[in-house]
Amino acid sequence: MPLLPKNWPLWLLVLALITLPIGVGLLWLFLTALFDQVHGLRPVGDFSPENWRFLTEGSVGGRPSIWVALKNSILFAAAVATLEVLIASMAAYAISRMKFPFRTPYLGMILVLHAFPAVSLLIAIYYILRVLGLFDTLIGVILVKASLELPLGIWLMKGFFDQLSWDMEMAALVDGASRWTVFWKVALPLVRPGILALGTFALLSAWGEFILPFTFIVSGKSWTLALYMQSFMREAFVDYGLMAAVGLFYAAPVLLLFLLGQRYLLNIYSGGVKG
Amino acid sequence: MKRGIPVRLEGLSKRFGKVEAVKRLDLEIGAGELVAFLGPSGCGKTTTLLMIAGIYRPTTGAVYFGDRRVDHLHPRDRDVGMVFQSYALYPHLTLFENIAFPLRLKRVPDAEVKERVQKTADLLGIGHILERKPAQVSGGQQQRAALARALVKEPQVLLLDEPLSNLDAQIRLSARAEIRRLQRDLGVTAILVTHDQAEALAMADRVAVFSMGELQQYDTPEVLYHRPKNTFVAGFVGSPPMNLIEGTFTGDGFRAGELRIPIPGAPTGKGWLGVRPEHLALGEGGHPARVLVVEPLGREVLVVAEVAGVRLQVLLPEGERPEMGSEVGIVFPEPKELHFFDETGRRIGPE
Repeated sequence: MPLLPKNWPLWLLVLALITLPIGVGLLWLFLTALFDQVHGLRPVGDFSPENWRFLTEGSVGGRPSIWVALKNSILFAAAVATLEVLIASMAAYAISRMKFPFRTPYLGMILVLHAFPAVSLLIAIYYILRVLGLFDTLIGVILVKASLELPLGIWLMKGFFDQLSWDMEMAALVDGASRWTVFWKVALPLVRPGILALGTFALLSAWGEFILPFTFIVSGKSWTLALYMQSFMREAFVDYGLMAAVGLFYAAPVLLLFLLGQRYLLNIYSGGVKG
Repeated sequence: MKRGIPVRLEGLSKRFGKVEAVKRLDLEIGAGELVAFLGPSGCGKTTTLLMIAGIYRPTTGAVYFGDRRVDHLHPRDRDVGMVFQSYALYPHLTLFENIAFPLRLKRVPDAEVKERVQKTADLLGIGHILERKPAQVSGGQQQRAALARALVKEPQVLLLDEPLSNLDAQIRLSARAEIRRLQRDLGVTAILVTHDQAEALAMADRVAVFSMGELQQYDTPEVLYHRPKNTFVAGFVGSPPMNLIEGTFTGDGFRAGELRIPIPGAPTGKGWLGVRPEHLALGEGGHPARVLVVEPLGREVLVVAEVAGVRLQVLLPEGERPEMGSEVGIVFPEPKELHFFDETGRRIGPE
């Protein structure tokens, strides 16, 4: 059991106060999504299924179906997470375990890239995507998002690989493994906590990504949920009930994933291989 | 299982940047022999072992297994098994899969894997806990599993890197005997790296003593003990270590400050006189000395005494126990129990 600070009820109160606005916001979201109208936090009228019509109607106000957006969001998040975990693991293993020319400058460059504000690259990326013919495609945005997330992923995975003992790899080599086999059969299974953490992290980050799809996707068939939701705010008259319901729909998988994955996410900060 | 093969090292050196970890090493190990590499940490013994295993590529020189030159080969093409100090078991696999790992990599059929793993595990007395993970078994059992993994592919050469140093003192003694018995039964050529001189002397057919990347002496435990080649070996082999007194040989004796020891037939010139603690005795007419420390070791008593400004360790049989601070006489042994070294530390006289 972790020790509680001496005056823990006071600390709890402070934390509760800080968290209160977020809690109120969430409460508002729930109420607004469920009822006709909400004045302040006081529901007016009855429970209203009207807000949830986007689930059954093919298209709301000329938008593509929410199921298309959901499919795109899942595809986007899954592809980004897979790419990121795969590439970051391999890069991090090489950096952690092998000597190669320009290793140190390379490490430094990754760090700089991580610190670089991605928004300032938008215009350059736009041109690159146009030239490659990937503008307005999901694949294009997947590649961009995965690239921008890689520096963090590489550093994170490097930390996990650094903790593996050399003995274990030497043992595998003597046992008859090639370097490639050592990576797949010994090193990778041992950094499983890191992979799960990075995977969860990447999935959440891609799920919430807005600016990249917003910039590089135009046509409705490639919309992600973030774009779908944002489209309500562009209207003259905003239907808050509908928007809150969509917001809830959009947030539910994240809440679920976070509940399942928070154990691994915490690993990023404690950085253990204990598993 | 097949017999081991001879291992030959020729002019082997390894350099890490500016540091020369191993310097031009020549060494031959007979088929089926158990040789210990003994030395303090950082002396190059583990580096040498890793070059034999194929983890490190030698900077210069060659490694031969029998007539086959192997120093350019990948570890998997060398037919060696190795046990690491940390055991290096794969924590995510069961003991069975740990031991089976080398066979799986060779794509040995499932039925044969099962049979060979079980056989090797039974040999080591861990056949009943194969479904457990390494973290769920004791240190001694982990060590056996590591040994089983090294032996399961029936290697021609077995490399042991401090395999016993993580064990409790109690298990260590029985593990020593067991490794020795297994190695002899299997006839595999084995190299044991250790910093524990007692372990090296007890287990090995021959011991190679290393210091600062150089081979100091390579011989049987008896010769190392009775005729050390230089002051390093003299001081490293044996516990408590040999007393080494710096002084001058005068042809008929030895002089160190006020201390004068008559030795008929002594050499001449500056050098070191070596005498093992167990060869010194207390008695009438000895060199007057003052007892500084008395340390009962159970069967024996270790006494540190000062003779004319020189500190000596004396190992006494049980029962003899001088008072701390008392005055005693120290008797030096016959000349044949004394060791003479020249100014550079090299042994003078028969080797």
